[in-house]
Amino acid sequence: MSSYLEFLSRHADQLVNGTAITLAQFVLSALVAITLAVIAGLLTLAPSRPLKAVATVYIEIFRGTSLLVQLYWIYFVLPLMGLELPKFVAGFVTVGACFGAYGAELVRGAVLSVPKGQWEAALALNMSPAKRMRRIILPQALAIMLPPWGNMMVEILKGTALVALISVADLMFMSRQINGTTYQSAQAFGTALIIYYVFARFLVTPLMRWLERAMARRLGRA
Amino acid sequence: MTDKTIHYPLKLEGPDVPMVRFMNVSKRYGDLVVLDRLDLDVAAGEMVTIIGPSGSGKTTVLRMIMTLEKIDEGVIYIDGEPLTHMEKNGKLVRANQAHMRKMRSKIGMCFQHFNLFPHMTALENCMEGPVQVLGISKDEARERAMELLEMVGMAEKSDQHPSRLSGGQQQRVAIARALAMRPKVMLFDEVTSALDPEVINEVTTVIRNLVDQHSLTMLMVTHQIGFAREISDRICFFFGGRIEEQGPPTDLLDEPQEDRTQQFLSAVFDAN
Amino acid sequence: MFDWQWDFTWSILPRLIEATGKTLLAAGGGYLVALVLGLILALAQRTPWKPLTLVVRELVEFIRSTPLLLQVFFIYYVGPQIGLRLSPWTAGLTAIGLHYAAYLSEVYRGGIESIGKGQWEAARAINMSTAATYRRIIIPQALPPSIAGMGNYLVGIFKDTPMLSVIGVGELMHTANTIGAENYRYLEPYTLVGLIFLAISLPAAWLVRRFEAATRRRLGLSK
Repeated sequence: MSSYLEFLSRHADQLVNGTAITLAQFVLSALVAITLAVIAGLLTLAPSRPLKAVATVYIEIFRGTSLLVQLYWIYFVLPLMGLELPKFVAGFVTVGACFGAYGAELVRGAVLSVPKGQWEAALALNMSPAKRMRRIILPQALAIMLPPWGNMMVEILKGTALVALISVADLMFMSRQINGTTYQSAQAFGTALIIYYVFARFLVTPLMRWLERAMARRLGRA
Repeated sequence: MTDKTIHYPLKLEGPDVPMVRFMNVSKRYGDLVVLDRLDLDVAAGEMVTIIGPSGSGKTTVLRMIMTLEKIDEGVIYIDGEPLTHMEKNGKLVRANQAHMRKMRSKIGMCFQHFNLFPHMTALENCMEGPVQVLGISKDEARERAMELLEMVGMAEKSDQHPSRLSGGQQQRVAIARALAMRPKVMLFDEVTSALDPEVINEVTTVIRNLVDQHSLTMLMVTHQIGFAREISDRICFFFGGRIEEQGPPTDLLDEPQEDRTQQFLSAVFDAN
Repeated sequence: MFDWQWDFTWSILPRLIEATGKTLLAAGGGYLVALVLGLILALAQRTPWKPLTLVVRELVEFIRSTPLLLQVFFIYYVGPQIGLRLSPWTAGLTAIGLHYAAYLSEVYRGGIESIGKGQWEAARAINMSTAATYRRIIIPQALPPSIAGMGNYLVGIFKDTPMLSVIGVGELMHTANTIGAENYRYLEPYTLVGLIFLAISLPAAWLVRRFEAATRRRLGLSK
């Protein structure tokens, strides 16, 4: 046990820095994912065919390939086409775009599951299509899709571990580095596993549950 | 397509223009004819009730006025102006969104399942349209909404969300919400059908007061023959997408002329 | 277009197609491990012994909330520390199988729990054993709602196989990396890998939807 504490204190800097980078990647990825999910999800419901097609192509490409393939492609191939992103940016943009495609399906499904009577009542009040969506449908859709978004947030956190493979110095990267210098694999990888677990189980999940309850209260259900 | 042999005026004019006019209106879903060349006038201030077996097209009539359903043929006029169509270069063409929005402001509707907005309180439900659509200030909208909630007996529950209200209470709030938009025509689509028997009275009392105290034009679809007799100026019996028979309640209910009307009424009375 | 070289494309295609076979093998093998382990994890949470349920529940949560990539490294590198030298394939299949077993156990559990108490009681009323009730009554009804989830995870496991490249499993991503390093060209191999993934996962996702609908119909559960 004391040797493990020694291990921790010797590598505290690396672990703390790595964790900070992982958290930054997580927050930025989540923001990108939410933004893209809402835009693409709503576009799949748009009456305009070209807009619908653009959203569908985005969703199918990112859902149909692997996050790691996307990451390598965006980081190594995109510069050949003149778009060079710093690795930190390439990391969260790719993770965000990948999960945004999955999230778009959640947004679309939630909007479609708001009862038809709500659309009709909003129309009977003569609300414009934009107001119907913003004031009546989206608040209800949000409550419907929050639970699956809770799982999605954990998936995004896990997804950020892949940015280590394009050398972003996150927690995953640091644990590999520690393993490479000390050969204490159980300690290096085990510690990282525990940190990811604590964040997912005791930070991200409770936060999302709290949001769910807050939304339920707004709907007068709690 | 509009039938070429019928002349549809660009505007209804004259001393007694009806508030609602259906001219030769048809609606089909595939092979199923929901409305079959319907003609129907409702005068300003009149209370007309539509009865008939399910599938006879009664609800479709209301949903067409609210622009929730498109029509296949004919023209509907509201307050003398075409609703489903608009004038363009001296001809009637299909109404665009802007025209429908303008016309919808004259119409209010209450639904079988209330359709209150679950994320808003009773008061917020009644303020939503006035503030967001009519652009009335929040204070003014609140004052007016409270008056209406008072009128339907729901003032004490104004800060409750719909999930905390009984069906009868929700329907009363829904009526207040529709009235807050100051419509000229009110549509009631089976507003008591989803309610438990013991709360139906709460809602019918509100509608009865409306008929007594206001000069609104109202169209109601209902299965409650007794209530229809009590408050209607006229009852229309629908069958197979057409009006089979219509007249003042006493005539139609007590001395129906058509076989189908008699059959329908005796079936309803037997059930009660 | 962006200096795309067709000659190079044709020359590397056979290697990538061969690697596609290995990717499918990794996905299929991992899925088999996941199907079996997942069932064990699900049933272990339905025993009357509470401590076991709680421990397995938390284990499933742990596996589900930590990155697969990290689990792959952990299993591959920690094995030798405790005297267990695993080949990349063994370590990879174990890691990915265990990871998806946690997800599948949730699918199984959800399916089993979706069956109303009335079905258990009816089976008890005709004196069926617990095992027979599972086999004849519960599982046949729990399966259709689970099929979408099971199918989606099959597609999911396929898309996660590139992570095995980091410990040297010679699947698609690993092969593309090797080709890239040999030729200093990444455009063609990486793009082809993306296209191969699309070409397999899009029809697969479609098949899963079809299969789910067909199963529902066959069991008379369709609306």
